[in-house]
Amino acid sequence: MRGAFFRGLMDLAAQDDRVYLLVGDLGFGVVEPFMRKFPERFLNVGVAEQNMTGVAAGLALTGKIVFTYSIANFPILRCLEQIRNDVCYHRANVKIVSIGGGFSYGALGMSHHATEDLAILRALPELTVIAPGDPVEAEAATHAAASHDGPCYLRLGRAGEPMVHESKVEFQIGRAIRVRQGDALTLISTGAMLRTAVDVADRLAEKGTPVRVLSMHTIKPLDTDAVLAAAVETRAIVTIEEHSVAGGLGGAVAECLAESGELRVPFKRLGIPTSFSAPPGTQEYLREQCGLSVKSILGSLEPLLESVHASGFLIRPVVTT
Amino acid sequence: MEGIIQNPHSSVAFANRIRRRVLEMICRAKSSHIGSVFSVVDVLAVLYDQILRVDPVRPDWRDRDRFILSKGHACAGLYAALAERGFFPASWLEEFFADGGRLAGHATHWGVPGVEVSSGSLGHGLSLGCGMAVAGKHDGLGYRVFVLLSDGECDEGSTWEAALFAPHHGLDNLVAIVDYNKIQSFGRVADVLNLDPFAAKWESFGWSVCEIDGHDHAQIANSLRGIPRSSGRPTCIVAHTVKGKGVSFMEDKVLWHYRCPDAEERRLAFAELEGK
Repeated sequence: MRGAFFRGLMDLAAQDDRVYLLVGDLGFGVVEPFMRKFPERFLNVGVAEQNMTGVAAGLALTGKIVFTYSIANFPILRCLEQIRNDVCYHRANVKIVSIGGGFSYGALGMSHHATEDLAILRALPELTVIAPGDPVEAEAATHAAASHDGPCYLRLGRAGEPMVHESKVEFQIGRAIRVRQGDALTLISTGAMLRTAVDVADRLAEKGTPVRVLSMHTIKPLDTDAVLAAAVETRAIVTIEEHSVAGGLGGAVAECLAESGELRVPFKRLGIPTSFSAPPGTQEYLREQCGLSVKSILGSLEPLLESVHASGFLIRPVVTT
Repeated sequence: MEGIIQNPHSSVAFANRIRRRVLEMICRAKSSHIGSVFSVVDVLAVLYDQILRVDPVRPDWRDRDRFILSKGHACAGLYAALAERGFFPASWLEEFFADGGRLAGHATHWGVPGVEVSSGSLGHGLSLGCGMAVAGKHDGLGYRVFVLLSDGECDEGSTWEAALFAPHHGLDNLVAIVDYNKIQSFGRVADVLNLDPFAAKWESFGWSVCEIDGHDHAQIANSLRGIPRSSGRPTCIVAHTVKGKGVSFMEDKVLWHYRCPDAEERRLAFAELEGK
């Protein structure tokens, strides 16, 4: 996703001289093309994320479109108040980019795991929160964020995330992308879990249980239409995220379902338990520990699918308004 | 020529009008921070009366000087100065702290012409100013960016992140004015978290530093004229001030960070200010 982001950013900067890139002394080996081509619009602010965010807001208040860039929690938690007060309250046109969502940085440890970011940033007024599902979505999201007039958070993976979409997608902030069709249940995925969600769906389809997959690349504003449609048209909803089960995608979908009147649908959140991961390990290992591998997810879905099958009827209640 | 000068000899009277308005606002609102406001009134008066190239008719004028009140708790002084300069009617000052009013208890820019940014949490303003100064340089605009900080907010690490950034990027269109009244919220700066040698710190970070009496209008004006003081370097004005300046019983007392004058104190304060 990192490569896709920079492809998008280079295009944007070439088209629009208001586009700036600020980095917190990270991006070695990837930011250099931007730095060389647009030296006037590139600032490495040093290891100083609070200042980076304040400077970005100051620039944006003069009419610039400013991307701040760092990894994992550094561009968001260290400078959270600058994001809230200086960026969001001023509706400054700042796009906060974090590379390494979830367990991307694996064995580098807890400090490098961005596992609560969606929950925390989702609570901030004015901030659009985007976690694209694959490199195709990441590049499209970069353009969409730049076109959006206001603060955005882009949670990206690292490098080498598998492609899910075979060609360009219609990417609209706040509109989920339906990636697989089916009505047994709906898997709603955000961020780089999309490949896993699709693999789970393909296994189930092979067994004769087609499920719907939604890439919920925008956490805020949430595509509540897509969630409610899934609740009506399919028999259960499961959220999948490489993020704490508290307050992220699962939380957002739960809020939507809980307030949906008489609509009742079996619902499950899959994600990271609200505890720190103890032993080190690769992203793959850590996902597995949290039950986020294809195999584990298939296991988690079994009881849900059994009850759906056993119920023998589709849950299609009337949506009250 | 320093742009739009109203009357170079009027800033002392301007300051006195601000003090009286602020006393009225704070008493009406039953709010605090009067000492912190009086500490910076003279700096505000000189800025708005003589230095800032701003235009009340076009508050968003592209080439305007930017002024950031980083110590947002002194916003009563800023609001009063803006009203005096005609950015909005003086009647708005009655809405300070009021339910549904326009003027919040820390500087807010929403719907308030002339307030460049909202503040209130310390340690934010200098970074915002750096961003505006970078943009001014890149865009080839001649505006200057003035940021007024408290001494207490120099405890914040973010202030020093920005203090490193500005000289590194040669932001000689940026001016940090530090209200060095030597009292912060819990007591003497020297006792809470010592800043001295304060001017030397800024100097060592690469700023062109000037120490002044922050209540002497000629010194304030002279220090703020001819920016940049040194080509390629940002300017830091360490303004030695007295908290509560202008009302004898408020001067140099931590109590007036918090206390709202009662009826008798208000009468005495007005009497002192009327006499000036």
